[in-house]
Amino acid sequence: MNDDKPQRRSERRPALVLVVLGGLGLLVFVVPLVGLLVRTPWSRLPELLSGDVVIDALRLSLVTSLAATAIAALMGVPLAWLMARVDFPGRSIVRGLVTLPLVLPPVVGGAALLFALGRRGLVGEPLNEATGLVLPFSTLGVVVATTFVAMPFLVITVEGALRNLDQRYEGAAATLGAGRWTVLRRVTLPMIAPSLVAGLVLTWARAFGEFGATITFAGNLQGRTQTLPLAVFVALESDRDTAVAVSLVMVVVSLIVLVALRDRWWRAL
Amino acid sequence: MDRRGFNKLVTLALFAFGVGCSGTTSSEVLVSAAASLTDAFAEVEAAFETANPGVDVVLNLGSSSSLRQQILEGAPADVFASANSSNMDQVVAGGEAVGEPTTFALNLLQIAVPAGNPAGITGLQDFANEDLLIGLCAEDVPCGDFGRQALANAGVIAAIDTNEPDVRALLTKIEAGELDAGITYVTDVRSAGGAVEGIVIPDDVNVVATYPIVRLTSAPNPDGAAAFVTFVLSGPGQTILASYGFTSP
Repeated sequence: MNDDKPQRRSERRPALVLVVLGGLGLLVFVVPLVGLLVRTPWSRLPELLSGDVVIDALRLSLVTSLAATAIAALMGVPLAWLMARVDFPGRSIVRGLVTLPLVLPPVVGGAALLFALGRRGLVGEPLNEATGLVLPFSTLGVVVATTFVAMPFLVITVEGALRNLDQRYEGAAATLGAGRWTVLRRVTLPMIAPSLVAGLVLTWARAFGEFGATITFAGNLQGRTQTLPLAVFVALESDRDTAVAVSLVMVVVSLIVLVALRDRWWRAL
Repeated sequence: MDRRGFNKLVTLALFAFGVGCSGTTSSEVLVSAAASLTDAFAEVEAAFETANPGVDVVLNLGSSSSLRQQILEGAPADVFASANSSNMDQVVAGGEAVGEPTTFALNLLQIAVPAGNPAGITGLQDFANEDLLIGLCAEDVPCGDFGRQALANAGVIAAIDTNEPDVRALLTKIEAGELDAGITYVTDVRSAGGAVEGIVIPDDVNVVATYPIVRLTSAPNPDGAAAFVTFVLSGPGQTILASYGFTSP
């Protein structure tokens, strides 16, 4: 990353103002974590984390975040491919729509999902009449809400990689007689693999931490829809030690995944 | 900005920085009131100001627990109106209250159902029906605590589908028709207009939320505080509260 030494030589030390502002920027991320660590009841941690509320929420969070990531991969990669490679009218609008969940308050997303996919919703009502399926207040509803919020991370990462990919490699493979699927499988996917993995990791991490859309669309019931972030929120009202302990688990799990994968795959970003 | 607006801003700034209350004019009454009183107290404020020209009531609305915290930490206020007695008790214990608080309003629980009552709910016993979508407030929120008490009083074991973080979230899902029924306050059903219908919970199983009000010892405007409390307890004050679904004590 910092291989451009010749230009930097003259200025070994970064300017003080950069260090101060950059340091303050870092503090924005570090201070809340320190606050959490200071408030953690370390000696009671095992007891706090072995309660059935926490175990149920952890299991539900893992299942739903992995399911959301799988769905995002299944639909998000084709969507990214279409956006990167097919020049269709309204492509920039589609790009905007896909990135909307990144900036939308998740609660707004959750409410929109409720009005669209709820029992009395635009799509939800015919769906319910045809199949008897009710998404709100179900585990499947959690997966839908987290997919909505998290999938953009996968789509924009993979789309960016596809756009930057030198298409001559694919062209060469095709010239040599490789069919469409072979090109995709043997050339395209391996070349974008780092971005794909980075996108999957980000998607999973966002899904794992999702709160607003989940509670608004899927509600909050232990064992069915109460994921770890919801358990933290509810516990903050009554049992702050448990809330802090669960928050710590979320921070540790997310940090391990992000740091462990950073050096291997994040260069793609 | 005119001079009066500017003065208001300076006063607010002084409050915000906790510099003190020397900037407060004697004609201002700062009322810290529970969020569930928002609509009712806005009308009480207007009526009080009409009856007392030159007096400006400033409402500081929030959850009773956060208001209690502000008061105990020394934020200036003239009057505290709480949505439950436990937060008021802590203010009294902290030596911040003048005399004993007075209960000025009661709020009863009601079953809230979507307009038209599509699931045909008739009473709390329907909450045991597994096939219906039933929501309550979370256990640690006052409306969730009271709702569970009412269900226990009625001997109903509810088949709950969601524990909503606050009464507003619960109402939204009932309004949308996504939940068949929930338990909220009468005032919440009233404020939802036509989107939600209320079904009465019998008195013998209902749980009453009491709203106490008190003057504060650190009141910058003790006379204004007394006048406001008296007005809330008076006939006109009680009439306004009743129009929002509150019951007189």
